[in-house]
Amino acid sequence: MDKLLEVENLTKVFALGSVLSKLRITAVDNVSFFIKPAEIFALAGESGCGKSTTARIILGFEHATAGTITHSGKKEAKNERVWFTEGIQAIFQDPFGTFNPLRPVERYFFETLRNYKLASSPAEAVRRIDAKLHAVGLSYEDLAGKYPSEFSGGQLQRISIARALLTDPQLIVADEPVSMVDASLRMSIVNLFKKLRDELGVSVLYITHDLATAYYVCDRIAIMFRGDIVEMGTVEEVLMNPRHPYTQLLRASIPEADTTHRWQGEIRLADTEQDEYLRQGCRFAGRCPHAMEICRSTPPPTVQVEGVQVRCYLYSEPFS
Amino acid sequence: MDNTILRTTALQAFYQLDLYGKSKVVKAVNEVDLAIQADEIYGIAGESGCGKSTLLKALVAAVEPPLRVVGGKVTYRIDGKEVDVSTLSPEQKRALRLSYIAYVPQGSMSVLNPVARIRDTYRDFIESHLGRQRHQEAFALAQDHLTDLGLPLKILDAYPHQLSGGMRQRVTIALATLLKPRILIGDEPTTALDVVVQRGVVQLLKEVQARLKNTIVLVTHDMGVHANIADRIGIMYAGRIVEEAATEKIFGAPAHPYTQYLISSLPKFGDKTPRESVPGSPPSLANLPGGCPFHPRCPHVQTRCKEKMPGFTQIEKNHRVACWLVGEGEHGQAA
Ligand SMILES: Nc1ncnc2c1ncn2[C@@H]1O[C@H](COP(=O)(O)OP(=O)(O)OP(=O)(O)O)[C@@H](O)[C@H]1O
Ligand SMILES: Nc1ncnc2c1ncn2[C@@H]1O[C@H](COP(=O)(O)OP(=O)(O)O)[C@@H](O)[C@H]1O
Ligand code: SF4
Ligand code: SF4
Ligand SMILES: [Mg+2]
Ligand SMILES: [Mg+2]
Repeated sequence: MDKLLEVENLTKVFALGSVLSKLRITAVDNVSFFIKPAEIFALAGESGCGKSTTARIILGFEHATAGTITHSGKKEAKNERVWFTEGIQAIFQDPFGTFNPLRPVERYFFETLRNYKLASSPAEAVRRIDAKLHAVGLSYEDLAGKYPSEFSGGQLQRISIARALLTDPQLIVADEPVSMVDASLRMSIVNLFKKLRDELGVSVLYITHDLATAYYVCDRIAIMFRGDIVEMGTVEEVLMNPRHPYTQLLRASIPEADTTHRWQGEIRLADTEQDEYLRQGCRFAGRCPHAMEICRSTPPPTVQVEGVQVRCYLYSEPFS
Repeated sequence: MDNTILRTTALQAFYQLDLYGKSKVVKAVNEVDLAIQADEIYGIAGESGCGKSTLLKALVAAVEPPLRVVGGKVTYRIDGKEVDVSTLSPEQKRALRLSYIAYVPQGSMSVLNPVARIRDTYRDFIESHLGRQRHQEAFALAQDHLTDLGLPLKILDAYPHQLSGGMRQRVTIALATLLKPRILIGDEPTTALDVVVQRGVVQLLKEVQARLKNTIVLVTHDMGVHANIADRIGIMYAGRIVEEAATEKIFGAPAHPYTQYLISSLPKFGDKTPRESVPGSPPSLANLPGGCPFHPRCPHVQTRCKEKMPGFTQIEKNHRVACWLVGEGEHGQAA
């Protein structure tokens, strides 16, 4: 099978508190997944489950404690910091945080072209910038000489996508790119990802907790919980027929824009992330309505159920 | 019977800026008429930058330069009497804050003092509002309040960074409602939280409302949250409320073209058909188009839309819309 990016047994351990502290959390625990060319792959889960840490390792901002990442067939040892390259570009959550308010926005574009030596003359640079801005529904004229404050959040997010496109990446890592924007802008950004995939063959690692847009644009999805991938498969299977109790909770918690489907009943929340990270056995056992004796002592195995990967005792022998 | 607890009448709140000698007026809240009822959850939705947070600042009388109320007024009904907020002294405003009206600002999770235990934040808060002498009694109140809201008492001993984002937000809401305010104003309290935690925060807001029988005004751009919690919704566009109706009506039969786009662009599970977002981008509030502010983006635009702002047309009881398509409209008081 064709794989653009493959993450194998990725692990990241953080020491909590002071350097001397013995407390460690495994923010990313033995995570494996792959992304195909021209695919939008979602990584979803509640905050603090390790999504950004995974993204930061892929981008080379952070070293993995263990595991490998293979990009277009090239395997890299864990401590080589080469990932934020022409082939992989990033988009972040806060469109206003991405740009310095005192710098004209176009400077970021010229800088990227210079860093990657992608234009031989100013005229060529402008041509290239204009072309990428057209891909996101803007033009060079729209942004020439302007500062970040002169754009709306949605425009800035489109501009950061255009900047990411300058190097013709095969993969865009988008860490919660829509969580700060309103409903209509959300749609315009995910529609843009669709267009990039369909027209330019770009893949997107779409990190989000907005499962409704994930369903709308993604092909496959991985659900993370406290460092583990607990369920992975096509969005059709995972979101329309969730198997893992955590995915079921997540799915039931989505506020649907439909007044006939209001939330029923109450849910329990974790008091602290730490408690769950440090839990023996299944980390969801404290909130799982189906928790059994064994769940509290030994981590469950990952099993395949009808093409979906699930990490839960409910689906493994001899319990199922 | 009129049960209005919070009213705005032709409210105008503008940011008056002086940039390098050039003056600029940002018309963030423009001729807003609201009549918010006691014991209701009123939702306000609209695109980023349309003036939602500014409207809330005016509602809680937290208007500071460069923001100014340049027209209209905000009135509270306190013990059966209508009180014009602009006549209140800073002392009176302080006294009303939290005991009558409480405000959870946007991004307020970060207001918790990072180096103080939650217990100490509560103590400081109680002392500053009830005075030192009532400390013991007040602390018992805090414990009861947390228990009532289903929050674990052990969080009192935690530092903010030890709590998850969702728990921090719930602690902030619990703190804001400690003195049982009649009105709670929340600005994007669930934004940037994940769905499970978001549901926990909404659950808490509903719990607060059920216990205190008070009024909640909730701003969020998450329409799913509105669908779950709001009784009525006001749709804001470019500083104005352009449509207002019961939640079911806003979702089921939106009448303003902007609201129609907003609702039809929402993704639904099990449906992958392409969805369009609102075309174009929101206007600058410092340089508004004439007439109906939505006209440059509206697929139904007519000549008069560009010339004159439509007034409200009551298309049904409790459903009003400001659009020429819907009716001639008239400017009048909100009901
Ligand atoms: N302190 C300020 N000085 C000048 N202009 C301001 C100030 N605060 C807000 N504005 C402007 O007023 C308008 C309305 O802003 P407001 O914060 O009320 O929007 P909002 O609807 O709450 O948006 P969001 O959904 O992004 O929170 C915007 O054009 C904004 O740029
Ligand atoms: N630099 C760091 N040092 C210590 N802990 C960290 C660091 N970065 C992240 N963590 C912890 O790792 C866990 C996962 O965080 P993160 O990857 O940011 O989650 P997500 O993006 O899913 O919200 C959290 O408990 C977080 O507090
Ligand atoms: S392994 Fe046990 S506790 Fe974990 S999700 Fe499955 S049933 Fe629940
Ligand atoms: S008044 Fe005219 S421009 Fe404004 S929303 Fe109605 S039809 Fe569109
Ligand atoms: Mg993150
Ligand atoms: Mg706001």
